[in-house]
Amino acid sequence: MTDTTSQPIPPQRKSFFQQLELDTRLLGMVGAFIILCLGFDFVTEGRFLTPRNIFNLTIQTVSVAIMACGMVFIIVTRHIDLSVGALLATCSAIMAMVQTAFLPDVLGLDLGSPLIAPIAIVVGIAAGTAIGAFHGWLVGYLTIPAFIVTLGGLLIWRNVGWFLTRGQTIGPLDSNFQVFGGTNGTLGPTVSWVLGAIFAAAAVFGIWNARRAKSAHGFPVKPVWAEMVLSVVSAGAILGFIATLNAYQVPQGRLRRIFEARGETLPEGYSIGYGLPVSVLLLIVIAVLMTVVARRTRFGRYIFATGGNPDAAELSGINTRMLTVKIFALMGALCAISAIVASARLTNHTNDIGTLDELRVIAAAVIGGTALAGGVGTIHGAILGALIMQSLQSGMAMVGVDAPYQNIVVGAVLVLAVLIDIQYRKRTGDA
Amino acid sequence: MTTPLVEMRNMSISFGGIKAVDHVSVDLHPGEVVGLLGHNGAGKSTLIKMLSGAYAPDGGEIFINGEKATITNPRDARSYNIETIYQTLALADNLDAASNLFLGRELVTSTGLVDDAAMEAETRKIMKRLNPNFQKFNAPVSALSGGQRQSVAIARAVYFNARILIMDEPTAALGPHETQMVSELIQQLKAEGIGIFLIDHDVHQVLNLCDRASVMKNGQLVGTVNTADVTDDDLLSMIILGKNPNEVDA
Repeated sequence: MTDTTSQPIPPQRKSFFQQLELDTRLLGMVGAFIILCLGFDFVTEGRFLTPRNIFNLTIQTVSVAIMACGMVFIIVTRHIDLSVGALLATCSAIMAMVQTAFLPDVLGLDLGSPLIAPIAIVVGIAAGTAIGAFHGWLVGYLTIPAFIVTLGGLLIWRNVGWFLTRGQTIGPLDSNFQVFGGTNGTLGPTVSWVLGAIFAAAAVFGIWNARRAKSAHGFPVKPVWAEMVLSVVSAGAILGFIATLNAYQVPQGRLRRIFEARGETLPEGYSIGYGLPVSVLLLIVIAVLMTVVARRTRFGRYIFATGGNPDAAELSGINTRMLTVKIFALMGALCAISAIVASARLTNHTNDIGTLDELRVIAAAVIGGTALAGGVGTIHGAILGALIMQSLQSGMAMVGVDAPYQNIVVGAVLVLAVLIDIQYRKRTGDA
Repeated sequence: MTTPLVEMRNMSISFGGIKAVDHVSVDLHPGEVVGLLGHNGAGKSTLIKMLSGAYAPDGGEIFINGEKATITNPRDARSYNIETIYQTLALADNLDAASNLFLGRELVTSTGLVDDAAMEAETRKIMKRLNPNFQKFNAPVSALSGGQRQSVAIARAVYFNARILIMDEPTAALGPHETQMVSELIQQLKAEGIGIFLIDHDVHQVLNLCDRASVMKNGQLVGTVNTADVTDDDLLSMIILGKNPNEVDA
């Protein structure tokens, strides 16, 4: 192909997977996930891998997965955030109070006004970002360990949320707000196919663009067939996912109510798929943005450098204190976005919203390959980790495992996943 | 001589009541190599860290090209074209050579994103000059040998057109062949008019490579001598006994 004469590459025989240059660790996780799904599908006699269950799994995963993206950055820089579940509750309480009490009573907006949802969301995200930045300031500038700051935060924000609502369940939430909840906000088959096609095209473009950039500088590139395999697999996975979500039909009773609300009658034999939920689209957008931030921005580079060697980062002129503030602020913003999804899914704010989410989020990031020693972690890994946790939980529920046993299994899986990871890293000599 | 490139006057810093550096003055001219000698804990590294911005001094003044300079963090030092090769190398082990070389000064594309391909290309260029055997451009630096890691740290200091270079025991982890390469590099940089502070334990090496040597003991300057005028025994007695053979004033 390109000029390889100047740099003789030792003629090693590479295996199929080596030539694809895929992260073997990621492959292992995907493999474990597939085995898990097939196992549950077998035990439940085909009820696990139905469009309906896959649809539900994805919308149940979104809230934890969004926060896990932020947790990757926190853990990569050798910190921890125990307050995410509590912060989610406070943000949810703030947004619920803004849309049901503050805007209608104080500003006199009518319930159902199109302004309510956007204002509530902006206020919620601003509050989450501010609280996160405050945590980051305590950690970065006042050098209080993140474990302590966020342990305090766990107690504080859980109960600030309680005070804001005086312990009441607040709802129903604004109908535009509920669009982020899952079944109440799906894009329908046509829009989903269009988006799926765009995503697939973007994935393929990304693969070939990276190759072009490499060969432009004369760096070694993968064989063409390997890029082809990757392109086909990524595009196929994206379109297959969209097809599955489109295949889940809106129940007839629900359709009838939708048509009645519009003053029409449901035509005989009419049916339509749900398609891509808005919340899942939100997760995809966040995942892509966070991956770009991690890999292609200075901010992301500094996060990983600081995690790898904080002294080196400092000596390279990186303001690691400000970096800490930014990372925690980002985590706070993501907690607020998760709060939108979680409360919209329940259609109201409840006091126990997000309880124990901190542990699910940390577990998702860690199962996804984020090293607590710092410096290592990926966004897609954390999302896959969240998906594995949620699949375990709902699969066991489908099989009929009692709740206490479910938690025992999830706990054991977390420890086992880290053990396997440690062994893997020792084997491959990775950091 | 001309205006010194660097002049550090009466530098002092204390840690918890211990005077790590006590009113030390040293200077450095363009194209000159000044060795800093002394026992472990004599204060050499601490003195130099005030120049590289890692420590903020308690007292003293730094002049760059005769003008007073304020250096309170590593970014300030870099803005004066001061580059440092730390004893610890200060590499982020989880990142590859290019990311380390450009850490804090990444090349970006027109859209403001980090341009990894361009940085790798630049890294390959400079490595061809410094260490032609270097091939592991896509591995994290934790996977590199001591010498390879050292060459990444050196490349980082040399790439950005340093005018003042601080080398803190650059050959401590190296084999004889690599040490020879570093010596040649120092000669080459010196010929380009760069001023170099070289911290070293090896008296022979200092006599070979340096024009002058400043010796420290217990945080104080014993003296500064022209290496042409002294023997290694003179330097050793300065290091061990704190005695200045020529009484060159500090």
